Amino acid sequence: MTGHGDQPREPYDGYAEWFNDQDPTRLMRKSKEAEAFFRRTGITFNVYGQTADAAQAQERLIPFDLIPRILSGREWDKLAKGIDQRVRALNAFLYDVYHRQEIFRAGVVPHELIARNEAYLPQMIGVEPPGGIYTHIVGTDLVCTGEGEFFVLEDNARTPSGVSYMLENRESMMQMFPELFSRVKVRPVSGYPKRLRESLAACKPDNCNQKPVVAVFTPGIHNSAYFEHSFLADQMGVELVEGSDLKIVDGHVAMRTTTGYQRIDVLYRRVDDDFLDPLNFNPDSMLGVPGIMDVYRAGGITIANAPGTGIADDKAIYSYMPDIIEFYTGEKPLLNNVQTWRCSEKDSLQYVLDNLADLVVKEVHGSGGYGMLVGPTSSKKEISEFRKKLQARPANYIAQPTLSLSTCPIFVKKGLAPRHVDLRPFALVSPKGIDMVPGGLTRVALKKGSLVVNSSQGGGTKDTWVLDD
Amino acid sequence: MLGRTAGGIYWMCRSLERSENTARLVEAGSRIALSRMLDGESAWKSVVTTAGVRQSYDDRHREDDDGIVYNHAQVTNFLLRDKANPSSVLNVIDSARQNARMVRTAITTEAWEAINESWMELNDALARPIRETELPAALGIIRRQAALVRGALHGTMMRNDIYYFARLGTYLERADNTARIIDVKYYTLLPTVASVGSALDNVQWEMILRSVSAHRAFRWMNDTGSSASAIAEFLILDERLPRSLAFCASEMVANLELLTTEYGIDYPSCRRARELSERLQNRDIKSIFDVGLHKFIGSFLDDNIHLAQQIETDFSFSG
Repeated sequence: MTGHGDQPREPYDGYAEWFNDQDPTRLMRKSKEAEAFFRRTGITFNVYGQTADAAQAQERLIPFDLIPRILSGREWDKLAKGIDQRVRALNAFLYDVYHRQEIFRAGVVPHELIARNEAYLPQMIGVEPPGGIYTHIVGTDLVCTGEGEFFVLEDNARTPSGVSYMLENRESMMQMFPELFSRVKVRPVSGYPKRLRESLAACKPDNCNQKPVVAVFTPGIHNSAYFEHSFLADQMGVELVEGSDLKIVDGHVAMRTTTGYQRIDVLYRRVDDDFLDPLNFNPDSMLGVPGIMDVYRAGGITIANAPGTGIADDKAIYSYMPDIIEFYTGEKPLLNNVQTWRCSEKDSLQYVLDNLADLVVKEVHGSGGYGMLVGPTSSKKEISEFRKKLQARPANYIAQPTLSLSTCPIFVKKGLAPRHVDLRPFALVSPKGIDMVPGGLTRVALKKGSLVVNSSQGGGTKDTWVLDD
Repeated sequence: MLGRTAGGIYWMCRSLERSENTARLVEAGSRIALSRMLDGESAWKSVVTTAGVRQSYDDRHREDDDGIVYNHAQVTNFLLRDKANPSSVLNVIDSARQNARMVRTAITTEAWEAINESWMELNDALARPIRETELPAALGIIRRQAALVRGALHGTMMRNDIYYFARLGTYLERADNTARIIDVKYYTLLPTVASVGSALDNVQWEMILRSVSAHRAFRWMNDTGSSASAIAEFLILDERLPRSLAFCASEMVANLELLTTEYGIDYPSCRRARELSERLQNRDIKSIFDVGLHKFIGSFLDDNIHLAQQIETDFSFSG
């Protein structure tokens, strides 16, 4: 909340004034109430234990911190422009790598990055996705190192999750502190589900002449993000389908209703590529729809996000994003990448090995904060074990410096304490353009000194305010 | 709506109904055990039998040091908490909530929260074995939670296909439960014709009336005392009693007719339900005793099961 001095940063002025008048015991009670509210409404995620058995997964709450993370309208507008640019480049890149592949011919990105990359789907080569859109929903992870200085940590272009927490966190803040929202003008986020539905509908296939039927496709109630799937379907007013509901009927994907099969035009899938279609991908998948890829290739359905978009948020591709943006938009990137060493390159690997204790090292294809090394908070033993893994398969890793991340206060027994945060705004992409709700998911590392914000690793969330100034 | 969603709603309500019925049955049993009209062992044994879980109970306790015994601690534990009993209240409420999560988009926020809170409350209340002194409070929680869920559904759900499937599940399960209770009384509990009218006989009837929460209603309707045939008539044919077979059957017909109207399709399940209901209308208990009560109930249960299967087919609950 405070910048580099003791005074709160300017966007926090209104909030700090309110906060200083509050009785800490009342706030502590509110914090407990918020937790009870989340339990009662079932806002949970599933954690997978040692056994891989999905049915054994336990439902947990994501801890919620009641101090909002506040951005000025000016900061946000700048950020939104940067994300807009980045998302345009991601889509252009995806179209290119599945068509003429000019970026490789121009030598901007080495071809071998996709050659042996599992995220690159040969089944998508030459496919024209409806409206030319690949990434219908993008969640860009950002960190801040100082006033208005944002860096992109990751582009989540497959099936970014967390938007339900953006909405529910705001909802519970408004329930707990209604008076706060009349004092401080915050831009609303509640329109997201409606805008998501409009954006998805605008991406309907060319041969769909009526109002498109949209559905959300979930792996089922044991999936870690199931709450979000049902929440979004409910808020959009569309069906939540599983693989067992779907079948190909007369060349279209259709869902089994109480009165027979009904055609689906746009499928917002929250199922990974690999499980989408047992005929075209993983033959053992029980979650998918046999033949859906054939319907897709024939232009009979929109799949959002398109299969094969994972190649764009691959951590090895990430390091080339500044060049990718310049190549397709002809503009300088508005948002910077975090400096990244590709361990596949000899010099970089040497640097990383020499400086392991100061770096964050990530698996190229990993996600969820698993399989990474955070040098400054790791023991000598952990570092030496990681060194062996890194030396065995250097191409599997990238490394980044631990930035002097800005912090946000969280509410603890003794008052306020600083913790590291990141920010994931959500961009909606359709032929009509890129739409963003002013806000996002703020994740916070609740453990003192920790840099890992993932919910599976003890992270929490905060409401994110964009001021209407 | 999706066939799977319709099935989820229907099963959610069947599970909720079952948890409530089990709680009522345990309450009736413990009352009888307390009043010493019957020795404790027989009282608890008849509860297990009436709940229709005698076989699984015996299997569960066969290896016990003292053999299969029926007592307060063991029976209430089996019926309310035991993970090995698929019909235990904890298992059944768990499956109700799983179904509710699956059909989250089809039920209102209030209905979902009521079910979710029920699940939390019951897991909390039944976390440890229930001591005798705590039983009334625990059973009270189960009944109250069921009432809260029912109220949330009733007060907030749109009256459309979703609600009709919910009602179908409720009445189909309730008809099944009431029929089993009557059948158990006549076929299993009563060893010989000689015990008709005996103290044991009366105790068992008392328990059955209590287990459908109808003992006071019955007194009001029948001031001349309780004959077996009057009680059977009440439980089978009286359309004023919300747990009678006749009431449940006509509710199933009503909801299937609403679905027929909404979807504009003439369903075989609707015809089956009408047949089931017509068999309970305009007849007296004597004609049922002439057929043989056990036979009558047996064929009612079979027809009810067939009706359930027809409903699953007609509305594509599964692919």
